[in-house]
Amino acid sequence: MNGMRRMSALAVAATLVLAACSANATPSPAPTNPPAPTTAATVNCVSGSITEAGSTALQPLIQDAATAYQSACPGATITVNGGGSGTGLGQVDGGSVQIGASDVLANTKLATPDADTLVDHVVCRQGWIVVTNLDVTGITNLTTQQNIDIWTGTDTNWSQVGGPNIPIVLIFRPQSSGTRATFLRLVLGGATEATGGQTLTEDSNGAVTTAVTKTNGAVSVIGFSYYNDPANKPLLNGLQLDGVSATIANVGNGTYKLAADGNLYTKGTATGLTAAFLDFMMGPEVQGTIIPKDSYGPVSMQ
Amino acid sequence: MAQMTTANRLTGLRARPGLLERIDVPRRVVFLAAVSMIAIVALLMAFIAWQGIQLFVKDGVSVGEIFSPTWNPLANAGPEFGLLPFIAATVCVTAVALLISTPLSVGLALFLSEVAPNWAKAVVQPSLEIFVGIPSVVWGWLGITVLVPFLADTFSGPIVISLPIAGPVFSMPGFLTGFSWMAGSLVLSIMVLPTITSVSYDAFRAVPQELRTGSLALGTTRWQMIRHLLLPSALSGVLTAVVLGMTRAAGEALAVQMVIGNSPTMPAAITQPLTTLTSQITLDMGNTVFGEPWQDALWTMSLVLLIISITSVVLVRLINKRRLAS
Repeated sequence: MNGMRRMSALAVAATLVLAACSANATPSPAPTNPPAPTTAATVNCVSGSITEAGSTALQPLIQDAATAYQSACPGATITVNGGGSGTGLGQVDGGSVQIGASDVLANTKLATPDADTLVDHVVCRQGWIVVTNLDVTGITNLTTQQNIDIWTGTDTNWSQVGGPNIPIVLIFRPQSSGTRATFLRLVLGGATEATGGQTLTEDSNGAVTTAVTKTNGAVSVIGFSYYNDPANKPLLNGLQLDGVSATIANVGNGTYKLAADGNLYTKGTATGLTAAFLDFMMGPEVQGTIIPKDSYGPVSMQ
Repeated sequence: MAQMTTANRLTGLRARPGLLERIDVPRRVVFLAAVSMIAIVALLMAFIAWQGIQLFVKDGVSVGEIFSPTWNPLANAGPEFGLLPFIAATVCVTAVALLISTPLSVGLALFLSEVAPNWAKAVVQPSLEIFVGIPSVVWGWLGITVLVPFLADTFSGPIVISLPIAGPVFSMPGFLTGFSWMAGSLVLSIMVLPTITSVSYDAFRAVPQELRTGSLALGTTRWQMIRHLLLPSALSGVLTAVVLGMTRAAGEALAVQMVIGNSPTMPAAITQPLTTLTSQITLDMGNTVFGEPWQDALWTMSLVLLIISITSVVLVRLINKRRLAS
């Protein structure tokens, strides 16, 4: 009797698990985002299902664009994954995803024969901002030279760059991260970064933001889209670079230098739903509405 | 008769066993389970070993180079894949975690098996089971939210131990950030506590009750019985528990990565950030590409972790064998 009851409990649990899984697997049109009637007519709808993986810096934009495309075209399923720029490049090269997102160019990660088979689609401009903990008061700007002194470990106290007497804590992204590579190239000019006791490494924009807000004297670099998130902005002290404010407008006019293209890669020429979605990324809804909303810059700024 | 299978037992009762008994399905099913387990482990080890040696075979890095203390895959003069900082950090963080956790866990196991009244057992055992079920991300999150700020705020100044006459005998820099070796070890010590406790508890319960009553009948106190009888008889079990806890600690990635600071340097002070093998793998795997030397180095780290866990299993076997022989 007891055994029977146990068995039936197991069966009920198994059914619940299965139901939960299949509910997830069924691509349901998002009911909270009804298709915008004005743009639906202009979207080239192709049915099918594709997967994107790669850069977490680009993920918020691609997620929003995919949601908008799927609302307009209920027959299309676009799965958006993170994983990092290297994952995106490796998986699109291996054929397990149709689109690989990367902050850096393919030839910096892949060997030449592989990199040459990938086609680059620049879909946006993205910028990064140097942020500090709120206790670093009195500093609103760092010059390129000050950044080099700080990030190479020459300056170890905020008082050396005109701030309060607090030790500097450097919060890096991993060396393999696209964000770190871009900052190293554009601002530090390839200088050797500091290591040791005053340096921490966190592996995502979210983890970096948490660490900066919780650590006295912390400084790091995050994407505009994370900095402009209303949940993060009041907790961070965002700095100018060489006297130029970190805004999309300044990325566009070329005065703010910590910015790069957002690249989506396909293996060979894109076809079917992949091509239609990439067209949609370049279309007015994404370039004109979604990109400014998520704090990226449109391609026309290049 | 060594082969007391279902089929053999039934042959005595019937002239000719039926087809089902001759096939003996239950025996084949459990045999298949054992074979597939062995196959999975063997394939896994072969795969990790193959990927792990690519760094030496394909990328031309010499075996000696991975014991260099410099990790800089982006060095201007060519990548340096020194794994020593990560190996040393894994060993150090695990060792301190075990130093904290072992006395607590073994004490708790002794309490549960020898001292605890039934109502206390009824409270402690389920709470241990709940402990086991708490996901590591929750421990890491608690660590970031509570432990890291606590360490940074409380012990920010230099930590100096002074003796009355000799003066300061020991000093080290305080916690600059709280993200540190100490934070990693503290989080790990809580995570391995249920493992060590439950395995040592089983070891203590496995000591026959007659030995206890015999000892007590000879007039020993309970503590003498535990000290001279229970601990020696259960020692191999307790050591097994500690080694299991060690492998769990060395293999834990997420919670450690969240609180340890991830700075690829050699361990110098317990207040400083470090990077363990597992945390470096999780940091870099998403941003590197399968087949590039950098990712091959990560596979070599996995191979080192595998070697650590194989070594510990062999260690447990040796300990038990020696004790059985003596």
